[in-house]
Amino acid sequence: MASFSVVLLTLGIVIVLIANSWLAIGQFGVWRFLVSTEWNPVTAEFGAATTLFGTLVTTFLSLLIAIPVAVGIAVFVTEVSPDCLKAPIGMAIELLAAIPSIIYGMWGLFTLAPLMANHVEPFLQATLGRLPLFSILLEGTPMGIDLLTSSVILSIMIIPFTASIARDSFNLTPAVVKESAYGLGATRWEVIKNIVLPYSKLGVFGGVVLSMGRALGETMAVAFVLGNRHQITTSLLDAAATITVSLANEFAEADSDIYLSSLFYLALVLFAMSFVTLAIAKLFLLRAERRYSR
Amino acid sequence: MTAMVEMETRGLNFFYAGTVHALKNINLTIARNKVTALIGPSGCGKTTLLRCFNRMHDLYPKHRYEGEILMQGKNILAPDVDLIDLRSRIGMVFQKPTPFPMTIFDNVAYGLRLKGIKKKQELSELVERALKHAALWDEVKDKLFASAYDLSGGQQQRLVIARALAVEPEVLLFDEPTSALDPISTAKIEDLVMQLKKDVTIIIVTHNMQQAARISDETGFLMLGEIIEFGATEKIFTAPSEKLTEDYVTGRFG
Repeated sequence: MASFSVVLLTLGIVIVLIANSWLAIGQFGVWRFLVSTEWNPVTAEFGAATTLFGTLVTTFLSLLIAIPVAVGIAVFVTEVSPDCLKAPIGMAIELLAAIPSIIYGMWGLFTLAPLMANHVEPFLQATLGRLPLFSILLEGTPMGIDLLTSSVILSIMIIPFTASIARDSFNLTPAVVKESAYGLGATRWEVIKNIVLPYSKLGVFGGVVLSMGRALGETMAVAFVLGNRHQITTSLLDAAATITVSLANEFAEADSDIYLSSLFYLALVLFAMSFVTLAIAKLFLLRAERRYSR
Repeated sequence: MTAMVEMETRGLNFFYAGTVHALKNINLTIARNKVTALIGPSGCGKTTLLRCFNRMHDLYPKHRYEGEILMQGKNILAPDVDLIDLRSRIGMVFQKPTPFPMTIFDNVAYGLRLKGIKKKQELSELVERALKHAALWDEVKDKLFASAYDLSGGQQQRLVIARALAVEPEVLLFDEPTSALDPISTAKIEDLVMQLKKDVTIIIVTHNMQQAARISDETGFLMLGEIIEFGATEKIFTAPSEKLTEDYVTGRFG
């Protein structure tokens, strides 16, 4: 009964989203809404492309930063660190996951953004920025309120999440299989690379997709440091907007029906994206379990 | 009849977790190209002893060895021993098959690649030889690039043996290699073990006394971390000198 109500609730949310965005769906259609870069309350022209861009870029970039760090942490905790360090590090990771995202956002605005603007971004421009492709990606005056800072904040938020799933997946590797590799004369690093990582890659991948779902939907941490400007830029040092941030910022000022309806439409797009990523993650985690549990 | 000595333990003591005295003053010699069986009731230390020979205990904290294990006159418990090298000379096969998450070919080639053999041609030849050696070649020659998980339990166990054989170890350690297998697969592994002793020295831990009697040349009987009796298998099973050994092999306890 209770489980049935969960399904009903989900269905209800979908129905409300569709009903409220019906006006915008009728006016802009599906394809046009997705590719239009217009977001103009004055002319009542709305499209999702700019916010989709901000959402996808911050998500992708944050994963790019978070995955190596998280996998590194998991490798260290499960295979390298002495026993006396395992518990404290695990505890620290879980505490990091428990910090409310608004606090990340405030910290981002008051600490990280100036740090990025004054030190990290000029440094990146002076080094990586000299390379052909990166010179475009790192163009502009470093303000600290931009895609790059947002991605860093997001990555810090999802690292604990990804790391703890990766750690659990690594621990699924049976001790005897690792011992077999050691028994053939493998070094610790060879065992990690050839046995532990392949053994747990499906689980780690599932964890990555789950983290991606979190990054897609994260609002507060990003709202402070992204600038909320509806534009598609080539430089990571420019302000942008994500779907979630637009929703959080603009509901109060949505004065026309079509504006409100377009915001609901954005929400529907986000819902569909999160739903698909979550479904993929579940599929992979299930496959991982089935493959190695026998 | 004096067989060549492959390994020898001298006053070997082993402690788990710093304090648990798991092996007490073990003295025995492992003859080259023979099968040596270690038998005894659960918890007697036979697996612990087996894992001393390739220093598998070193993977876990708070272990301590005392005494010596000589291999070709060199003490392998010495602090300067290269464990990577030692373990490539002493293979190990576990209770349950432990295929790696890769293809059949890559499983067997794993140890070879660790040794730095990269040439495709050479690898293929060595893999084929190892698989033939482990009596698995005919069953897998058409699906070398299938996942090792597609094999049956008995085939996986022979694959693991082939993987260990590929690097041409001097000693093979078996830790109850048939306890998870059906009788037919068990018989195949037993035949294989008796074949293999031509080329390698074998130490096998087993719960199954018939198995020890069938396949081993020498048998050590352990209880509570001590060697009660060690000698030719025939003698241990037909005319043991210790009352405890007799009680155990006749099934009066165990």
